[in-house]
Amino acid sequence: MTALSIKNLKKTYNNGFVALKGLDLDVQRGDFFALLGPNGAGKSTLIGIISSLVNKTSGLVSIFGHDLDKDNVAAKTCIGVVPQEVNFNQFETSMSVVMNQAGYYGIPRKQALLRTEQCLRQMELWDKRDVVSRRLSGGMKRRLMIARAMVHSPRLLILDEPTAGVDIEIRRSMWEMMQEVNKQGTTIILTTHYLEEAESLCRNIAIINNGQIIEKSAMSSLLSRLHTDHFVLDIARPLSVAPVIEGYDIVLNADTVLDVAVPKSHGLNRLFQALSEQHIEVQSLRNKSNRLEQLFLDLVQ
Amino acid sequence: MNYSVAFFTILFKEIRRFTRIWPQTLLPPAITTALYFLIFGKLIGDRIGLVHGVSYMDYIVPGIILMSVISHSYSNVVSSFYSTKFQRHIEELLVAPVPNYVILAGYVCGGIARGVLVGVVVAGISMMFTHTTILHWDIAAAVFVLTATLFALAGFINAVFADSFDDISIIPNFVLTPLSYLGGVFYSVAMLPGIWQKIAQANPILYMINAFRYGMIGVSDVQIELAFAMTGGFIVFLTALSLLLLHKGIGIKN
Repeated sequence: MTALSIKNLKKTYNNGFVALKGLDLDVQRGDFFALLGPNGAGKSTLIGIISSLVNKTSGLVSIFGHDLDKDNVAAKTCIGVVPQEVNFNQFETSMSVVMNQAGYYGIPRKQALLRTEQCLRQMELWDKRDVVSRRLSGGMKRRLMIARAMVHSPRLLILDEPTAGVDIEIRRSMWEMMQEVNKQGTTIILTTHYLEEAESLCRNIAIINNGQIIEKSAMSSLLSRLHTDHFVLDIARPLSVAPVIEGYDIVLNADTVLDVAVPKSHGLNRLFQALSEQHIEVQSLRNKSNRLEQLFLDLVQ
Repeated sequence: MNYSVAFFTILFKEIRRFTRIWPQTLLPPAITTALYFLIFGKLIGDRIGLVHGVSYMDYIVPGIILMSVISHSYSNVVSSFYSTKFQRHIEELLVAPVPNYVILAGYVCGGIARGVLVGVVVAGISMMFTHTTILHWDIAAAVFVLTATLFALAGFINAVFADSFDDISIIPNFVLTPLSYLGGVFYSVAMLPGIWQKIAQANPILYMINAFRYGMIGVSDVQIELAFAMTGGFIVFLTALSLLLLHKGIGIKN
């Protein structure tokens, strides 16, 4: 069953700008799905239409089989949205922000209190429940928006750049939270500019550019299209110039760090053999995590 | 789906908002009206004598109460709904399955609640200066609530179209306040010279104030039935317009 089905979706703004040009997209139930695209590609418009914040020009959107036009209440009940920017009442407490949202979904007060506690605890905000929301840190505000979006137990959670501007530690903990939510059965659509994030979390991916989907596939099959892998090698003794090895592009990044582009046809064994012949001892090796970035740039340029 | 939960969530949120900031919402009308009663009612009023057979103080009490109701029911909705748009937490309502009529009812009832509460505060202040008895409770209560409803709806429409904080102060300052003052709060239309009586009758607020005055002290410059018909007609029209604006997403959605 598809969690989200979009057919021939078009959006033209009043100023004549065509944001979506007949977009088709299906997201399967239980998926952790990445929606990527450069700024102005149409991601926010697409999410705006799915979450009823933007009026579409034409096309069909259905959520778990409920048409957004004809079966609006059922469709909306299935969705939770975490927007890019803070959009809660900053004069209310964290508890009120989540409780109000539960009320808008028609959840009776007793049940709403229980769900609010669960969601705030899951987002590690329970001890901040009585804090006026504007006093929360940036990371807490983002987690509060996730708690708010989950209070009615949505089957589809849309996260629009949820980790933008938060530090690495918080980002990692938010990744764990998102993975946990997905494991519990919630379908997640994630937009992000951190391609490492998409690569680590998402199973399927769509890339949108100029109002159209230009690529949609499993993350693994997209990454397998890369003909070159990039590695960082830490070497034992400092070098003054990068070694020259035929078939490999090697850059001396620091005197003991080499960036190496390894064509899949050549592999790593030949590289190590050649380095060994030049008496260069490799101490450690790690993958440079920009694989998706490279593909992304190839696709949108 | 049970929409009453969503309705009461919006309503209680609105009531919490204006009671939390009571020094801005409830205290100023109490001080302003106390000054009105002291200056116009007591100091000047004693020299004016009787108007339509009642003391000047008793004559102005209904008008001042209703003027407060008009101004506060309007300003509650216009400022609250505009802030909701401005801070973008309107999105919380738009993503949820809340029908437009529930959104409208929640905000308008919030405006009515503030209008009624301020009206009661002002009526309480008036008791410090005069002991007016209410002759027709039913008419007074109906006009009180209908007027609050009408101006809460008008405030909602103003907020929908507003793009800046300037836009939410233009109508109260340049339309509502002059119309209220010229709506016979402090005088009877019969006191105006010929042509001005006709012009004054084009002011809808005149009808509401006089209907309320009739409910309180049994004195009016206009027909009560006409006042109810006019208020009811405006409420129906503004409700339909508000729902149409919400349906189209004007000022709210892209």
